Amino acid sequence: MKYIDQEQVQNKMSSRLIKNNILKTLFALATMFGIVVLVILIVRVLTQGLAWIDMDFITGKLSTNADRAGIMGAILGTLWLMAVVIPVTLVLGVATAIYLELYAPKGKLQAIIQTNIANLAGVPSIVYGLLGLTVFVRAMEFGNVVLAGGLTLSLLVLPIVIVAAQEAIRAVPQHLSEASFGMGATKWQTVKNIVLPAALPGILTGAILALSRAIGETAPLTVIGIPALLIPFPEGIFDSFTVMPMQIYYWTIDSVLVEEYAYLAAATIIVLLLMLFILNSIAVIIRNKFQRRY
Amino acid sequence: MAPNGNLNKESSIRDLIDQKKQKRSISNFSERSIPVVLFLFAAVSILTTIGILYTLLSETISFFQEISIVDFFTGTVLKPLSQNPEFGVLPLINGTIISSLIAMLVAGPIGIMTAVYLSEYATDKVRRILKPILEVLAGIPTIVYGFFAFTFVTPVLENIIPSLGATNILSPGIVMGVMIIPMIASLSEDAMTSVPNAMREGALALGATKLETTFRVVIPAALSGIIASFVLGISRAIGETMIVTIASGSSKNFTFDVTQSMQTMTAYIVEVSGGEAPAGSTIYYSLYAVAMTLFVFTLIMNLLARYISRKFREEY
Repeated sequence: MKYIDQEQVQNKMSSRLIKNNILKTLFALATMFGIVVLVILIVRVLTQGLAWIDMDFITGKLSTNADRAGIMGAILGTLWLMAVVIPVTLVLGVATAIYLELYAPKGKLQAIIQTNIANLAGVPSIVYGLLGLTVFVRAMEFGNVVLAGGLTLSLLVLPIVIVAAQEAIRAVPQHLSEASFGMGATKWQTVKNIVLPAALPGILTGAILALSRAIGETAPLTVIGIPALLIPFPEGIFDSFTVMPMQIYYWTIDSVLVEEYAYLAAATIIVLLLMLFILNSIAVIIRNKFQRRY
Repeated sequence: MAPNGNLNKESSIRDLIDQKKQKRSISNFSERSIPVVLFLFAAVSILTTIGILYTLLSETISFFQEISIVDFFTGTVLKPLSQNPEFGVLPLINGTIISSLIAMLVAGPIGIMTAVYLSEYATDKVRRILKPILEVLAGIPTIVYGFFAFTFVTPVLENIIPSLGATNILSPGIVMGVMIIPMIASLSEDAMTSVPNAMREGALALGATKLETTFRVVIPAALSGIIASFVLGISRAIGETMIVTIASGSSKNFTFDVTQSMQTMTAYIVEVSGGEAPAGSTIYYSLYAVAMTLFVFTLIMNLLARYISRKFREEY
């Protein structure tokens, strides 16, 4: 006597297995969707913009004449912006992380600061633009200069740096600092000589990712007010400036009027993406090369 | 000579002790002052929040002294630049909700299917290749997506829907969805991978297929994380600016027709502040009232996401 009817089991199983396989294919296709869009986007930008990139485009000044327009001013603007964002976010971000992880008394105050940082990370970037406009441009009377834009973007990406630095500091094993205390070092000496050097690769990786977010950001700068056609190059943090994303924005919306502007926008996108790619590669190299596991 | 030498030695030891004391008092001082300095730096993040709230609130209050708060939130007409300006925020809220809905219709299903594939079906090797590529998608600046929506997606959609306007809400909505896919996929995947393997093995041992295991065991167990990722995705879509500013134009239509141009709250802020509204005018204050509304929308979404993922988390 047979207890199990093999045929019946087979019949019941096969439809379930077919369903499983069909949906597995569907899931794989869904995963590919994002990647396909990415490929289309990059191919599209390359085919439109690559032909417009030459030395004159990189080193030239802005112009309403599409054939003569160059983006050196926007590249310099982005670099000056980085010169503000890097020191401000590093100092504020690392100091906050050290305070929260190593100094703050565990309790309400620490919890409040921590929750506050999580909330700040969710505030839309355009709201930071209004903060920058009200505080840095108007109240402090900086005007729409590099410093105002840089400080605004620094506040925007600060939560990213703080969280990354906190994680890096937390990953430094306790026994390293205990050994330092055992040798008679004070707390600050331990932080300065033991914890920070060990956490540095993680901190830098986070800082670079935050920086690449900042230089790709457009919305807060549109609020601060960046001139559409700024011909002189910025020479310091108190000069008016434009950056690559702003130039892409103006050229894209004006491509309705002058068709060639779309190609200029695409060419600028290529330069911007290349810069972001280099920054991210540096972050990956730091992470792989210097990150020690204890 | 001998006593003299002793004296010398004594005084030099005393000197050393004094020096040591001085050093210690300096290092004591820095040990005590450093936490204070660090706290001052940490306070900047608190000051940022206070700054945001203060600027938004004070200017919003000025706005509501000129325009009644009821008219603002119930008005369906927004004509800030006309002779008799009208400030109804509903067209902007409508545009924001519709664009976010379109984005979530794209990002929700595709994001969760991607998460299921990566966490349940893909081999380690495939996952290690696919995940970084999806992260690239998340790292592309939104202005690039805006360019893509305006110069590529809209013309392509025009072939399918001939009545589509050159600026419309559909195309930026879809592109915004693509932008949010990686976020939903990676947060949902984290939630699914944290479901213990013993539970999967239990279901598989009972004869369930992988699909049944996924839908009856893994997804229910990870549901709080998945829903939280959806809510965060919505919040991201509400706050997104450049894609809608470029591709959806600036008509303040109050309509539900997705082939038409609509303005979102974020795009209104860009339009008005870019036009350099004179400080002190009603239209300038309207900027802050709209920003305040936007801020409250995203804040509620973020708090909701945190509440869901904390309250309904299944602990194993």
